Amino acid sequence: MTIDDRNTRAGAGDENILIRVEDLEKRFGDLVALSQINIDIHRGEVVVIIGPSGSGKSTFLRTLNMLEDPTAGAVYFNGVNLADLSVNINVHRQKMGMVFQHFNLFPHMTILKNLTAAPIALLKKSRVEAEEDAMRLLVRVGLAEKAQEYPAMLSGGQKQRVAIVRALAMNPDVMLFDEPTSALDPEMVGEVLEVMRDLAREGMTMVIVTHEMGFAREVGSRIVFMDEGQIVEEAVPEVFFTTPRRDRTAQFLRKIL
Amino acid sequence: MEAFWDTLQNAWGTLQNSFERVFIVDDRWTLLARGLGLTLFITLLAALLGLALGFLIAIVRSTHDKVTGLKPAPRAALNILNGIAKLYLTVIRGTPVVVQLMIIYFVVFGAVNISKVVVAVIAFGINSGAYVAEIVRSGIMSIERGQMEAGRSLGFSYAQTMVRIILPQAFKNVLPSLGNEIIVLLKETSVSGYIALEDLAKGGDIIRSITYMAFMPLIVVALIYLTVVVFLSHLVTRLERRLRASDH
Repeated sequence: MTIDDRNTRAGAGDENILIRVEDLEKRFGDLVALSQINIDIHRGEVVVIIGPSGSGKSTFLRTLNMLEDPTAGAVYFNGVNLADLSVNINVHRQKMGMVFQHFNLFPHMTILKNLTAAPIALLKKSRVEAEEDAMRLLVRVGLAEKAQEYPAMLSGGQKQRVAIVRALAMNPDVMLFDEPTSALDPEMVGEVLEVMRDLAREGMTMVIVTHEMGFAREVGSRIVFMDEGQIVEEAVPEVFFTTPRRDRTAQFLRKIL
Repeated sequence: MEAFWDTLQNAWGTLQNSFERVFIVDDRWTLLARGLGLTLFITLLAALLGLALGFLIAIVRSTHDKVTGLKPAPRAALNILNGIAKLYLTVIRGTPVVVQLMIIYFVVFGAVNISKVVVAVIAFGINSGAYVAEIVRSGIMSIERGQMEAGRSLGFSYAQTMVRIILPQAFKNVLPSLGNEIIVLLKETSVSGYIALEDLAKGGDIIRSITYMAFMPLIVVALIYLTVVVFLSHLVTRLERRLRASDH
């Protein structure tokens, strides 16, 4: 580790903190999408982010791995400030799996290739090893027999399960979920949530943007409520859903529950 | 009836006669054979040069338009490259290829002793590159943003995502247009005669001027071009079908 690297570790205090967000701000021109975001995400935690549409939930999630560049503030991941342009973001993204609303599988690759491309190219795994790991992951989500097919052949739920294991194939420290069930037909939501529930049970650190309140309540270790680009309230699920402290939270909950 | 047969026989005789004068005497058919060889050679190399140039320009242009959050130095470099690319596209697409060919031969390489074939390859390659660039750029732009994001989120660099994920899909989408561009290129090389290259079209023209017979040499030249074009279209269709394996 170079001296520069050590200087960027200023945000690391508690070894248990995987991601620390400090005074994060994101503007699109004049529009303030996020402001004054401060949050620590600990290892093994399942943080569920909820809020009305346009509240900045997805934008916030996407700033965690710099798919959106923050306009100000810092995101420390394993102690390194990812918002610093001199940091090699590609290395850190390998440790942050991301699952998208629209799956974003690579349509020109078989399912197996979707899972092995990054581990072979970036983790320098041999093809055999990467394929064995990929098959193990596919078995786990019940899709081993789809290994040689192309994404176009799969249902939405199957695609999303593949997208999850594609991210897992990189052995990430954290999984970011951006409304993973919003583009699914209702009957396929369950199979995807089941996979996520398993992951949470195994102790994976997860940050989830979702509208599935039942799931949030069941799996979340902390609920974060966002509105108008800010974190309005955060609490453990039992407290959050039963006795919200802020009016805006209560209003939101009345509307959706 | 008799008269009809006589006319037919006469016509056949004339045809045989002119065929002999046009192709057999002095082995004139070799003008067309060598011409075809040269036409194919120039087309092939110019197409490769055009594809390479076109992909490069397309990547510069789409990177410039799409990528944000760069440090000042790479951003400045990208702006300059993009400016050059735009100038190239404007000039090349705004002037006739035959004028470009002559400028490159008589002006750019005017004082240099250089093979005319090389000049033709360079001229047609540079010309084709401009059209390929816009085709490929439209292909890159047609790929959903999510594909780039998915690649980047796995840890691939921008360049790796481009090469492994975006370009293969873009290439597949624009393959019909690229095939068409190569067919256009093949036909455009027929102006090579302007720098005294004896390509297929020039070969037919030479025979015409020697024999004072226009019909047969020119029609045969046209038929040869047509045959090559039909064959190329067939190849493109087959390649398309193979690449479509992933979207049954």
